[in-house]
Order: sequence, then C-alpha cells, then structure tokens
Amino acid sequence: MLVSNFRRKEAIPNHFILILFALLAVLPILVLFFNSIKPFSEFGLNPLGPPSEIRLQNFPDAWIAGEYTKIFFNSAKLVFGSVLLCLAVSLLAGFSLAKLNPKGSTVIAIYLLVGISIPAQLYILPLFLLWKELSLLNTHVGLIIIYSALNAPFATFLIRSYMIRLPDELFDAAKLDGANTFQIFFRIALPLSWPVILTAGLIIGLAVWNEFLFALTFITDPNFKPMATILFSFQARFENNYALQSAAAIMMVAPIAVLFMLFQRRFISGLTSGGLKE
Amino acid sequence: MNLLSKKSYIAWYFVIPVVFIHLFVIGIPSILSLALCLTDWSGLGKINYVGFENFIELFDDRYFKKAIFHNILWTIIFLTVPVCIALMCAYLLTGIKRGQMFYRLAFFFPYMLASVVNCQIWKYLFHPIHGLGGFFESIGIEALASSPFTTKETSLYAAAFVDGWHFWGFLVVIYLTGMYQVDNHLYEAADIEGASKFQKFRYITLPMIRPIFIFSLMIIIIWSVPVFDYVYILTGGGPAYSSEVVANYLYTHAFVRFNVGYASAVGTLMFIYVIFIVGIFGLLRKLGWEI
Repeated sequence: MLVSNFRRKEAIPNHFILILFALLAVLPILVLFFNSIKPFSEFGLNPLGPPSEIRLQNFPDAWIAGEYTKIFFNSAKLVFGSVLLCLAVSLLAGFSLAKLNPKGSTVIAIYLLVGISIPAQLYILPLFLLWKELSLLNTHVGLIIIYSALNAPFATFLIRSYMIRLPDELFDAAKLDGANTFQIFFRIALPLSWPVILTAGLIIGLAVWNEFLFALTFITDPNFKPMATILFSFQARFENNYALQSAAAIMMVAPIAVLFMLFQRRFISGLTSGGLKE
Repeated sequence: MNLLSKKSYIAWYFVIPVVFIHLFVIGIPSILSLALCLTDWSGLGKINYVGFENFIELFDDRYFKKAIFHNILWTIIFLTVPVCIALMCAYLLTGIKRGQMFYRLAFFFPYMLASVVNCQIWKYLFHPIHGLGGFFESIGIEALASSPFTTKETSLYAAAFVDGWHFWGFLVVIYLTGMYQVDNHLYEAADIEGASKFQKFRYITLPMIRPIFIFSLMIIIIWSVPVFDYVYILTGGGPAYSSEVVANYLYTHAFVRFNVGYASAVGTLMFIYVIFIVGIFGLLRKLGWEI
C-alpha cells in the first residue's frame, strides 16, 4: 500500500534494520530451543550455538523429573475449564449488549471497562482470603472461576463488537417466526459467531496457559500447579541443569508455537483488539 | 433494533452471569480492599479501624518510596525505548513488500510467550559463565562478566529490558494497523514536494496515527503500574531493593507478612492512580483531543 513512498534503493537498509530487530526477537528463543536438545556436557564449551549432537532424551528426562503428565493435565484442565466458562458468560453478555440493548446496558459496559483497568493487586488479597473461606484454594475450580472473571470483560467486548455487525434482518425474521430470545441466541447468533468464538477462545486459552501471578498465589500444592509455576520451581530445582530447564520451557512453548502457526492472524488481531479499542 | 419490545428484563438474564462472576472475583474484593486499607487487620482476628494511619506510614516508608520511584522509571523507559523502536520498525515495514508477514510474526512471537519462559531465556543469556558472558569470554571479550540481574546498579533496567523485549512487538502491530489507514495520497503529495523519509514520518505518519499512538501511551502508563512477573521472577525486587516495584512490595506485605491493611493501602493507591490516568485521558478526549 505504502510501497510507493520508499524508493527501491532504500529497501536494502530497511531490510537490514528490520532483520537486526527480528534476530533480536527470535535468536534468544532459538538459543532456548538449541539448549533443549543439547547434551548437558556440552554447555560449558558451546553456550549459544546449535548442539553438535542432538539429544532428544532431554524431553523425557524433564517430563519425568517434573512429573509433567500430571502438570500438563492440570494446565489443560485450567485452559479448557476457563475457556468454556468464560466463553459461556461472555457470549451471553456480548449478545445482550450487541443486540438486545437492555436499559442501562451502558452501566454494565462501564463497569466492565473499569474492571479491565483495576490492577490485580487491589483485589488479590481479599480474594485470597475469600477463597480460603470458601475452601477454593488449591482447587482448579477456584482458579477457573478467577480466570473466567479476569478474561470476561475483554471477551465480552470482543464478542459484542462482532455480533453488533450481524445483520438485524436475520434476528427480526426469526422473531417474526416466533422464536424466543434464547432460541435466537442459540440458533442464529451462536452459529454465525464462530469466528469470534474461535478468536476469543484462543486468546483466553493463551492467557490462562501463560498466567503466573494468580497461579502462584492460589495454588501452592505442587500436585495442582500448572505449567507456569511448575516451570518456575523447576528453574530453582535444577538451577544449573540448563538442558533439563530448557526442555521443560520448550514443552510449555511448543503448543503455543503450533497454535500460533495455525492461527497467526487470529492471535494477532485478537490480542491487539484491546489496544485498538472499540 | 430491539428484539424485546415487551419483555426487556430477558436481556438482563444474559448479562447476569458475567456481572455475577466479575463482581464475585473482582468487584467485591476490590471494594473490600478499599475498606480494609483503613484497618490494621492481619488476616486473622479482630479488625481495628485505624483511619489513614496506613497511608501516613506508607508515605514515610523508605522502601515504598523507592518502589514508586522504580515504577516511574519503568514507565518512562517503556514510554520511550519500545515506543521508538516499534514506531521505527512499523514505519519501515510499511515500505516493504516482501517478507512483511515474516517480520511481523518474528516481532510478535515473544509477546505470546509466558513470562516464566522469557525470564528463563534471559536469565540464561545473562548468566556470567553460561550464556552471553561465556560466549564473550570464549572469544576474548570481557562483557557481562556478572549477571545484570544480581548487580545493584542494573537489576531494574535488566528486568525492564526483558519485559520490553517481550512487549515491543505488540506495539509494532498496533502502530502498523494505524499506519495502513493513512491515505496514500498524502505521501504522494509529499514525494512531489521532495520530502525526506523522516519528514514524511514526522509530518504525515505521526499526526495521522495520533489516536492510536496516544492510546498506546495510555496503555503503557496503566500497564506499568501492576508490573510484577518479570521483577518477581528475575530479581525478586533485589538485590537490596534495587529493583523493588510497587506490585512486588505489595505482594511481600500481603502474602509473606500478612499485613492486610498495609497491603490494601498500597493497592488502593495503585487503583487511585490508574483511575486518575484513565480520567485524564478521558478528559483530554472530552476537550476535543482525538484520542
């Protein structure tokens, strides 16, 4: 689009600068990947380069040392639980704010907007004490509820801004045919909204998978910890075994890398939609 | 359109779940925190009302003041370094036909990774014996001989660097979206006038993306308040409070020392500051700034 405003000869220095920054972004991750397949003995001689001998055994070693069968399942449970619960409440609310416009819905919108900007540190301690009272500490259900609430405002606005563009005629026609509001929601709004459901689901899932502060605070029993906080304690436990550490980190990155390759546009547009406002 | 000319209460059924869960997790605990900041509660036993004593104590607290200063530094760093780099890269990207998607993905990918992973990467790279330090030593250059995370003078900047490294790609994408909305005719006109690349950036691109640009500054200011992960994982606020930030300070008081009242006071101040910033930007918009 803007190609015309750079002359041809300028393209090379442009690429040069961009490549430098691309390397700054990618090389550290590449080093992590090299380290994950490097034999432990090679670290002293070759700290940054690719391994001379590929050792895939690091992965099963880390998997066993970190009891990752359990931990992976913990994280998966949190991700799926949060995505389902958060999507459910956000779809309902997004639909209502987009198409039903209840009286006073601006109050809800403002409440959720303020909710986004509240720093977690304001409420984390009372929430912790409340969760203790309700025996929700060290439970996945407790953390799923928290994650759903944390991500719900974002998801609601994302879904709302999508549903608001759905043609009103469809809804009017269904209404004339005698469908009630719930039927309209399930039969018309939901099937038409699958792109935004997918985007929102991916973003919520990513946020939950990577989340650290709440996982650190609300799950102290190692049996229930998710990947993020396990990796943190793993780093302390195997402080100098970089092969093991890196393999554990790569196991946390791999699912994200695969999903990112499949759904790049969705991730990028979803994650920046909050920054680009309604 | 109104789907519910008759029974508008049904619309509320749809909103209740999200409001309920949000109030339960965020709304009510926030209000509790705003109330507890006036007490000296320790999480157990009697709750005593102490008025503004926590705040008076806070303004006298050397470490708290240090933490605030570090948060201000953090905000300034993020408002300058990643913003400048991202503006430059986004601007350069608009002039490139081939490989645009590759650059975009490369810049953005670190933003997708967990803080724990990013911290581990840089802890290794900044390790004096392994990582870059070891590499430099092997080629005979003495650099990074001690980890910047454990050096008093650099710990804060090192943590900010890692957080910024993971964050700036996000800004590139935002700015790029804005830059693609700029009318190409403006650039063509400038080309005829013989404007330089920098002049075009300064007098066309920057003014045209101002709404997105200002918005990104607001996000950075707000997001610099609860900064926690990178400091907690990389330095723990140390050594000797040299990288202490407000969120980490609060965390220590809340979950190590169980000073509920004191921690709530810190949280309340953070909240007031964020609302103040949002208010200022809202006011600027009302005054006719295109934000």
